[in-house]
Amino acid sequence: MPQVTLTVNGQTHTAEVEGRTLLVELLRETLRLTGTHVGCDTSQCGACVVHINGESVKSCTTLAVMANGANVTTIEGLAKADGTLHAMQEAFREYHALQCGFCTPGMVMSAIDLVQKHPEGLTEQQIREGLEGNLCRCTGYHNIVKAIAAAAEVMHGKRSEIARAAE
Amino acid sequence: MTTGVPVPHDNALAHCTGAARFADDLPEPPGLLHAALVLSPVAHGVLGAIDAPPGVIVLTARDVPGTNDISASGKGGEPLFAEASVQHHGQPIAMVLAETRDAALRAAAAVRCAISPLPALLDMEEAIARESFLMPPQVVARGDAASAIGTAPLRAEGTFRAGGQEHFYLESQVAIAVPGEDGEIAITSSTQHPTEVQHIAGRVLGIDYTRLPVTCRRMGGGFGGKESNASWIAAAAALGAWRTGRPVKLRLARKADMAATGKRHPFLFRWRAGFDASGRVLGLEATLAADGGHSLDLTPGVVFRAITHALNCYDVPAVRITAMALRTNTVSHTAFRGFGGPQGVLLMEDVIRGVARGTGLAPETVRERNFAGGPNDTLTPYGQALEGDLIRRVWAECRQDAEWDRRRAEIAAFNATHPFIRRGLGSFALAFGISFGVRHLNQAGALVHVYTDGSIRLNHGGTEMGQGLNVKVAQVVAESFGVPLDRVRITATSTAEVPNTAPTAASTGSDLNGWAAHRAATTIRGRMAEVAGALWEVPAEEVRFAEGRVFVARPGDNRAMGFADLAHRCWMERVSLSATGFYRTPDIHWDPATMTGEPFFYFSYGASVAEVAVDLLTGEHRVLRADLVQDCGRSLNPAIDRGQIEGAFVQGMGWLTCEELYWDAEGRQRTLGPSTYKIPGSRDVPPVFNVRLLQDAPARQDTIFRSKAVGEPPLMLATAVWNAILDATGLDRIDLPATPDRILTALSARGS
Ligand code: FES
Ligand code: FES
Repeated sequence: MPQVTLTVNGQTHTAEVEGRTLLVELLRETLRLTGTHVGCDTSQCGACVVHINGESVKSCTTLAVMANGANVTTIEGLAKADGTLHAMQEAFREYHALQCGFCTPGMVMSAIDLVQKHPEGLTEQQIREGLEGNLCRCTGYHNIVKAIAAAAEVMHGKRSEIARAAE
Repeated sequence: MTTGVPVPHDNALAHCTGAARFADDLPEPPGLLHAALVLSPVAHGVLGAIDAPPGVIVLTARDVPGTNDISASGKGGEPLFAEASVQHHGQPIAMVLAETRDAALRAAAAVRCAISPLPALLDMEEAIARESFLMPPQVVARGDAASAIGTAPLRAEGTFRAGGQEHFYLESQVAIAVPGEDGEIAITSSTQHPTEVQHIAGRVLGIDYTRLPVTCRRMGGGFGGKESNASWIAAAAALGAWRTGRPVKLRLARKADMAATGKRHPFLFRWRAGFDASGRVLGLEATLAADGGHSLDLTPGVVFRAITHALNCYDVPAVRITAMALRTNTVSHTAFRGFGGPQGVLLMEDVIRGVARGTGLAPETVRERNFAGGPNDTLTPYGQALEGDLIRRVWAECRQDAEWDRRRAEIAAFNATHPFIRRGLGSFALAFGISFGVRHLNQAGALVHVYTDGSIRLNHGGTEMGQGLNVKVAQVVAESFGVPLDRVRITATSTAEVPNTAPTAASTGSDLNGWAAHRAATTIRGRMAEVAGALWEVPAEEVRFAEGRVFVARPGDNRAMGFADLAHRCWMERVSLSATGFYRTPDIHWDPATMTGEPFFYFSYGASVAEVAVDLLTGEHRVLRADLVQDCGRSLNPAIDRGQIEGAFVQGMGWLTCEELYWDAEGRQRTLGPSTYKIPGSRDVPPVFNVRLLQDAPARQDTIFRSKAVGEPPLMLATAVWNAILDATGLDRIDLPATPDRILTALSARGS
């Protein structure tokens, strides 16, 4: 069986996997990082998004061996060790950008990558387009878009903290 | 005050950090077996031998120790695993157990079932012609509709269809069953109805409910899809645990979930109306036919809600509405947010447009002319009064928010200069009845403990699926005790703590469980007040609870103590700090013989205006703006309620515009994943989305803190989008969902 060595949320792991083992299986079943969810199995819903070397990928259609040697960040690795939240996490909470929360980890991971790829800033329209690969069945996306816009301001240093939501 | 405040969802932080555990995220118990279902590849046939590869554990109908019946009604005809025949594509035939999920899925795929195919009944018209009914047709009638139509100055008629809808909760169905001592099997289920999980598992295994404790901490979405369907998933897992003595987890892959679980009922509508030149509808005859699929499931309730909502917020003096539940060879359709209401309210929309065409009036004028109340009757044909003033209020405020008149002119100007892109405006108004149509379900229980440090543990019979029920009920309890919200801890729904519950459905979650929890809290508070009153030598009625403190409500009397101090004192005084609370909705009744009564505790009102742009060359369309006004009474949590409204509207838009279920000519469902079944994505949402809660409108009925339910009604507000598409295209009528192909086909047929 192939062996993979990868760094997940700052910790290095080595594991024996089958060639067909998916990254999401390695994360959820072997490493017990269950914040990454599986919504569709087929690369359409985005519930399983994690970062590989800072780029968002759908872990349900990434083989574990493809992450060999890579730096993987999951939702569990975003907050600082002292519990300080990433601006995106804080914004999702403040803006009521979740209901059942099943899509939330993938949304947050996709959103961070989206914001990072646009240092010049993002319009609401660009955010809506950038989120195309993440489905949410509960919220209607309205608050998710608002949360990402608020987090982008902090991530780009335009504000020091998340602006308070209107309601 | 902790109610009326927009506090975040209680799990918001846990969801943002990945710490919140869904059923599949729980640590797996040692020895866990994974289960996978074997589903029928054909829509109808005689079931022969089932052949499994050697060494695979396969459970079929023959392994059921109790009764092979998962019907919510208990009337039978709904097996857990097919017996003798298969009745729909995707029907569970067997379940395979293996050490890993991967092995279980592979083994299930290798199981061979011999099925001799039979012709499948798929079409609703054919089902009507063959009188293939799941139950006798129901009729709600008032006056002589036929003669009112006959003598009316003008007449119109119509036929149209609305498709079903897949729930597409992001978390697919999942249950874990763990055998314990003495024949107990503990079930963790992603379910809206833990009590029914207990009942169905008990029936399938033939064991007492006491042996089957069921818990649900949260669901990754439900929308009605985890009402009855979660029960058989859990019963199957329990069967696996019972047979093997090992823990069993059954989590459906998305494809299996979409194949095997029921959907929103497709409907066929036919109507005939008589009206006058002022647009007033004088008589209406209509047939609403629901495709129930192969078995009854919750179809009687869906039909009931469709028939009681077929006139929506409108008054028609003489009316006869017949509702049918058709039996076809498709998956058994089930509860879905609105539960027949969304289909029911479509009827009057087509009627209103027909009357508008017949009179040359705007549909909006026809709406106003026919609203219940005012000069028209307030009574529905089944005899319950609507509040005409509230209908007019939401309508007027919504039109104002939407700047209707200005935009009507703007859109006319735009359309005059754009040959291929057409904009349109559509409106909608709603009166939606709140309560379960089945009387006995309108009950709830709660269990509250106060500990001696003043912290409060709350348990109630409702389930959390993201709708914010738990935070709302916790707000009620915090307010009852006058303590900050963080003193209240919400715990998993459990049949062992609060038994014999109703499903969390019909929008009633906070209405029922809020009251039950409030009653439990007030019982304890009353005992605590007695203790404080005795200490201070004042009557208990003069003891007040607020801001985490307890004090004497007398000017100049400054005696007070902390809530925790009083809790501790109660314990020292040997006074119980634990109580149950129970609630049943008052004053609801229904007579099935006459089809009359007052089945709803109250109505929730709403109105909407939507603007769309349609590309006449491709049929593609976008919603550009939506304005909604929704009556939530005195909202328990405006942020949660707004979220419900936004999410429901978008889900309704999906049903009406892009979510199309497709069965091929052999009755095989071909839309089994998000690649072929499109739910709204982030780009489909209106960029201008104005949602407003109706202000200063506390419920007139004695609801919990005068709030109103919010889960389902706003889904129907999306109906404005259907009207906007017709306005933009100038088409008379279009079946739903109004997909680009359907619009294009209709435009080509018209020859534009
Ligand atoms: S589970 Fe990976 S995209 Fe849906
Ligand atoms: S919050 Fe439920 S799917 Fe997004």
